[in-house]
Amino acid sequence: MCRHQNETLPDTAVYRKERGTNEVTMNSRGLRSQLKDSVPVAGFSPQGAYGVQDSLRSGFTSVKNELLPSHPLELSEKNQFQLNQDKMNFSTLRNIQGLHAPLKLQMEYRAARQIQRLPFLQSSNLALDTLRNSDESIGFEDVLNDPTQSEVMGEPHMMVEYKLGLL
Amino acid sequence: MATLTAVRPAFGGFSFDNCKRNAVLEVEASKVGCSVPAARKTGTTICGVVFKDGVVLGADTRATEGMIVADKNCSKIHYISPNIYCCGAGTAADTEMTTQLISSNLELHSLSTGRLPRVATANRMLKQMLFRYQGYIGAALVLGGVDCNGPHLYSIYPHGSTDKLPYVTMGSGSLAAMAVFEDRYKPDMEEDAAKQLVRDAIAAGIFNDLGSGSNIDLCVITKSKVNYIRPHDEANKKGVRVTELEALKL
Repeated sequence: MCRHQNETLPDTAVYRKERGTNEVTMNSRGLRSQLKDSVPVAGFSPQGAYGVQDSLRSGFTSVKNELLPSHPLELSEKNQFQLNQDKMNFSTLRNIQGLHAPLKLQMEYRAARQIQRLPFLQSSNLALDTLRNSDESIGFEDVLNDPTQSEVMGEPHMMVEYKLGLL
Repeated sequence: MATLTAVRPAFGGFSFDNCKRNAVLEVEASKVGCSVPAARKTGTTICGVVFKDGVVLGADTRATEGMIVADKNCSKIHYISPNIYCCGAGTAADTEMTTQLISSNLELHSLSTGRLPRVATANRMLKQMLFRYQGYIGAALVLGGVDCNGPHLYSIYPHGSTDKLPYVTMGSGSLAAMAVFEDRYKPDMEEDAAKQLVRDAIAAGIFNDLGSGSNIDLCVITKSKVNYIRPHDEANKKGVRVTELEALKL
């Protein structure tokens, strides 16, 4: 398994950079970056209007909250599990069919991931689901915390400006 | 310029936002002297046995919430597919959601393959899901069914390990039920003998374990049909209330 670790490493590094539009991946190392799931504008903290902490939206702040996971499964579910599954599937595919199979699939994944709506709207990711074969299975991510029915949304103007780099 | 954040849940699934708050609440509550509400468990006796033509699954019907009986007649034998049923012990919500999720996945899978689903497929899906959550989903299951390869019976533990055996028991009353099985199990029994054996095993669990009680449900699965008998036997019947006039005549 460690023989293939080197080969799949470049793929996941690019994969992480690719997801920069959605999550903080400025430095993929470090627990802190893995725990946060909002996009802060660099240089200001704490979050909220005029630098005051936003208790309504983000709760009471404490450094421990942001540095340590609150549940043993939190890190695994948030970042690692899907990545590890993909790694395993790609290396199996590579063993069975040769290098071209995971290469072609990852190219298609990258293309499908770029089909998105405006930054503040949730995309259905239909092409990505079809490629991953997750349109034929149902899991907790379809039942609990459906992103299309979330109670908060980012402010549309700010998110578009951030995406276009005008901020 | 004021700071702003663009908050977006990138994907659904479990949210761990309240875990720290819950831990703090538990500590505070124990200081005051109250306790946080407990999850409803099915302190249970469930068992299954393979007989000549198929599988018999049995379960009691009591659901407890700490020291209180929350449900006197709950149904612990869940439908997975027309030829596969699953008994669930542990946290009641976990067993329900798990079996419903696997039932939906198995239905999609069988529509995709065009064949009747196999018990080994359901077993594999369940064990992979339970291992993913490292035992935090408290569902101990007895999975049984008949497919193209014959009758199969599996027991699945909350951390994801499984056993394929001719007779299994799970739950808090599992030792009492297993004692009955170990004494009287024979391979290739007839259907009536198997039903009687399962009924006796569940009754042993009901009478000797506080967490199990009320009635006995049975589910007999054969190649051609499924017989869901609920209740098969009312082992613990509540007394019948008599009026004063009738009591005087007694």
